[in-house]
Amino acid sequence: MCITCGCGSDGSHVEGDVHEHVHADGTVHTHAHGQGHGHEHEHEHEHEHEHEHGHGHGHDHGDAAAAAALGAAHAPGIAPSRRVQIEQDILARNDAIAAANRQRLADRGIFALNLVSSPGSGKTTLLVKTIEALQGRIHAAVIEGDQQTSRDADRIRATGAPAIQVNTGKGCHLDADMVRRALDRLAPADGSLLLIENVGNLVCPAAFDLGEAHKVVILSVTEGEDKPIKYPDMFHAADLLLINKTDLLPYVDFDVDAAIGFARRVRPDIEILRVSATTGEGFGAWLDWLERGVAAARGQRNDNVEALRRRVAELEAALGTGT
Amino acid sequence: MHEMSLAEGMLQLVEDGARRHDARAVKAVWLEIGALAQVEIEALRFCYDAVTRGTLAEGSRLEIVDRPGLAWCMPCGTQVPIERRGDACPHCGSHQLQVVQGDEMRVTEIEVA
Repeated sequence: MCITCGCGSDGSHVEGDVHEHVHADGTVHTHAHGQGHGHEHEHEHEHEHEHEHGHGHGHDHGDAAAAAALGAAHAPGIAPSRRVQIEQDILARNDAIAAANRQRLADRGIFALNLVSSPGSGKTTLLVKTIEALQGRIHAAVIEGDQQTSRDADRIRATGAPAIQVNTGKGCHLDADMVRRALDRLAPADGSLLLIENVGNLVCPAAFDLGEAHKVVILSVTEGEDKPIKYPDMFHAADLLLINKTDLLPYVDFDVDAAIGFARRVRPDIEILRVSATTGEGFGAWLDWLERGVAAARGQRNDNVEALRRRVAELEAALGTGT
Repeated sequence: MHEMSLAEGMLQLVEDGARRHDARAVKAVWLEIGALAQVEIEALRFCYDAVTRGTLAEGSRLEIVDRPGLAWCMPCGTQVPIERRGDACPHCGSHQLQVVQGDEMRVTEIEVA
């Protein structure tokens, strides 16, 4: 096998990649990677031993030393294997798409939240009640992540708000590319509120940036108050903690102060609000928080509009002077 | 099981790197995984073997370099070791800690042929 290009190997080359190399006898040999490499050689190989030329120069010597010697003659001075630097984050691709999502949302003055929690914390009910409470003031759209079914998106659409269901199948979290595709179809209005309901899971969604302004973690009082220290990464990644179902506090053994203490251990500056989606308790502060975020996103966009107008004028001028 | 997504992300970096260097096969991959990165190493190995099947990275060896967790303790004004987020400073017991190392998940090097 030629160690310069690996021709004769299993066909894992990039299609269309053309490669040229010089054989020991001086023949220049060009081929496109991805071709079957079943072509005839017009030149003769001179070897001291006999072997089958089954195809190309994928010689099967059955003799490692002879193969190495031939390889060296084939491409002098190149070691058979080498270490190369990569130095990249495993999540680099997700993070790049998330950054593009964030820019796209900022350009439209959309305030986007990534809502994360365990299954059953009341996220969907909270969203329905929030959208209803904001009606007439703030336009809201929803991306719903679940492994299966469109039941949650159906509940949101019943409020009149646009919603898109993303089924992750075997996946345990939304990723930035799923959100990018959902945004293409959902096309939320400029200056609106985008609520992304992640898959119910307190582990995996912590690692995947979607391009949101904030992660909001929801902990209901029917869960354990020690969840912040059991799942510290999620509570660390969130900027706001909503303690939900506070109407049930008289009936459950949930220590709100302890929960807040645990949350502050993993994220000392986390904001905390207590709400009940069922009774509306604490909703005033939650809606205020949302309205401040929407106003800030709209304000930033307006600041950018002037810069964009200047840019458009520049581009138009460039087009006008072009050929 | 977000290790499957991580393994897919790794494969992409490895394949891109191998192609940039005109490699036909990847022999080994060096990874830096921080103690606070929430990665289950054995699950990651299993997923990596699964996603690399039939690719130029099939059969490649994973060399994992552990990065211990380190945080800056504000009250102490010094770096302290931590095992997970939410740990207290081992000296003063404060939770006013800023993680400075241990949340990385990086492909640092590959060995290609």
